[in-house]
Amino acid sequence: MQLVLEKRSERSNTIALVSPLIAIGLTIATMVILFAILGKNPLLALHAYFIAPLTDGYSLQEIAVKATPLVMIAIGLSLCYLANAWNIGAEGQFLIGAVAGSWIAVKTQGTDAGAWVLPAMLVLAAGAGALYALIPAICKVKFGASEILTSLMLVYVADLLLDYLVRGPWRDPHGFNFPTTAEFDPVATVPLLIEGGRLHLGSIIALLVVAAAAILLGRTIKGFEIRVVGAAPRAARFGGFNANQLVILTFAVSGALAGLAGIIEVAGPVGHLQPGISPGYGFTAIIVAFLGRLNPLGILIAGLFLALTFIGGEQAQIAMKIPLDVTKVFQGILLFYVLACDSLILYRFKLVFPNRQVARGAG
Amino acid sequence: MELVEAIILSVLAASTPLLIAATGELVTERSGVLNLGVEGMMIVGAACGFAGAWLTGSILVGALFGIVAGTLMSLIFALMALGLAVNQVATGLALTILGIGLSGLIGAGFVGERITPAAHLHLPGLSDIPLIGRVLFGEDAFVYFSIALIIGVWWFLYRTRAGLILRACGDNHVSAHALGYPVLRIRTFAVMFGGACAGLAGAYLPLAYTPFFIPGMTAGRGWIALALVVFSSWRPGRLVIGAYLFGAVTILQLHAQGWGVGIPSQFMSALPYLATVIVLVLLSRARTGGSTAPAALGTVFVPDR
Repeated sequence: MQLVLEKRSERSNTIALVSPLIAIGLTIATMVILFAILGKNPLLALHAYFIAPLTDGYSLQEIAVKATPLVMIAIGLSLCYLANAWNIGAEGQFLIGAVAGSWIAVKTQGTDAGAWVLPAMLVLAAGAGALYALIPAICKVKFGASEILTSLMLVYVADLLLDYLVRGPWRDPHGFNFPTTAEFDPVATVPLLIEGGRLHLGSIIALLVVAAAAILLGRTIKGFEIRVVGAAPRAARFGGFNANQLVILTFAVSGALAGLAGIIEVAGPVGHLQPGISPGYGFTAIIVAFLGRLNPLGILIAGLFLALTFIGGEQAQIAMKIPLDVTKVFQGILLFYVLACDSLILYRFKLVFPNRQVARGAG
Repeated sequence: MELVEAIILSVLAASTPLLIAATGELVTERSGVLNLGVEGMMIVGAACGFAGAWLTGSILVGALFGIVAGTLMSLIFALMALGLAVNQVATGLALTILGIGLSGLIGAGFVGERITPAAHLHLPGLSDIPLIGRVLFGEDAFVYFSIALIIGVWWFLYRTRAGLILRACGDNHVSAHALGYPVLRIRTFAVMFGGACAGLAGAYLPLAYTPFFIPGMTAGRGWIALALVVFSSWRPGRLVIGAYLFGAVTILQLHAQGWGVGIPSQFMSALPYLATVIVLVLLSRARTGGSTAPAALGTVFVPDR
């Protein structure tokens, strides 16, 4: 018995719509097995993961807070992937944005700086993220170096730079030697939307980013160019579209969004710069982009879903002592199923039995 | 003299996991498959390798655990990228994300435990020759194995018919298929070989490099191994040079800290990653006009029937 793929004459739109749901279903089925192997009651674990966080207001806010960076980064990545440019280093661009924006917060600490501080931080972070993303983009366009590897290497570099700054020049003198800057001043902090709550202005910015991306891709020539270059490079060349220019553009935009997400995370929920500000947002956003079918609205939904797995994972750890790494395993398996189900859009699976198979080489 | 000897020994130790992982990936890529999951396979190999050695007290069993773990991971990749014709870049990334999670899960119970690391060879007489004695005859078994491995791969690729067929699959899968070679089956074996090597390379870290396991201990070595394959222009000989150069950069960074050079340690630690970027740029630039990569690298192949 052998599994054989048969190309569909046209892509199946029905499957394109339901495939993320099939993928989530398969992932949850796999998780049930994993929970059983870990010796936990699968039903209770599923409840802790996916239902419990949806039942109280604090967790719901927390899901929105976690979804904010995921959605912002994933929107940028989806532009890259649509244009067939592989930005894998969003994690590094996120960290550089956090570092660059924090620079203003650290320098204005304790001074009577005005309301310009936060906007300046956001702009600087986005600019720094864009510049950092341009390094692999330019290396690819000018020299043909693989953007996958260079953007990834720069993640480690950004991580070490952040580590150096918070252990050295920017360390809080009153911080009992912990590697962290002092808490940011109120003018350098992202305002909360609900008094005493967790939801902050960044979530509104993320929604604006989703809307902007939807307009860019759906209503503008640039968006059309991006999609054509990715889907049909030959046709794009005949159309006179410049693929290299789009690599630069999409990398810059995705770097800017990742950088913005970085400073919003630091000046919002975290409140100061320290190592470990990201539980792998830059990498999880890759899953968000694919689960959301590289579509802005899809990414918004996918971002909320993956945020749920982060919060659910924390609750499952507290309530049932399920290791936190299960969340990462869950996310990895989910990406596999998403990709596998995508295969169904282009191909039909067929089981072939050897005795009925035509002899090899006859054709 | 002892310092020189110590440095050479530590360079070889730092190069060995890179060499083993990159050798596996070289074979995979020569068959036309780009598996970006090396980091994921390595890190699972590290966790399983340590688990195996800790449970049985045997380094050899640990190494076998690492190999089996890496191979199983690579089979997931093969099922997806070859069986279901899924984009190889995305599948490789998924493998790495999954691997980091799995390794944390498997290794959680072993953090803080120690084992006796792999013994270094000692040949009375030969190992005592000044300078070259310990360097040539005093390594751990993995170092000798890695050299045998790359020589074996060179011989296989360039001196055997099977190696020729494998390279043909990487350069033109349509022709190879037309000639009647089972392209997908050959690629599956190449991917499995790559997985076995990555798993062993990962296991080397807690079994010989350090005697303990910490989460994330591969620290991007899998990605550097991928860059090394590009560096080598897909040739085994240059791969050896590349791996030892990178091992040397890693050790330079450690020693520079010891010598009290007035540079913050984080900048020195960033050196191998920056070196990778620079090397990739210089090489790609030197190569404009004609790529030496296998022509079918990373492309999806669905045989017509």
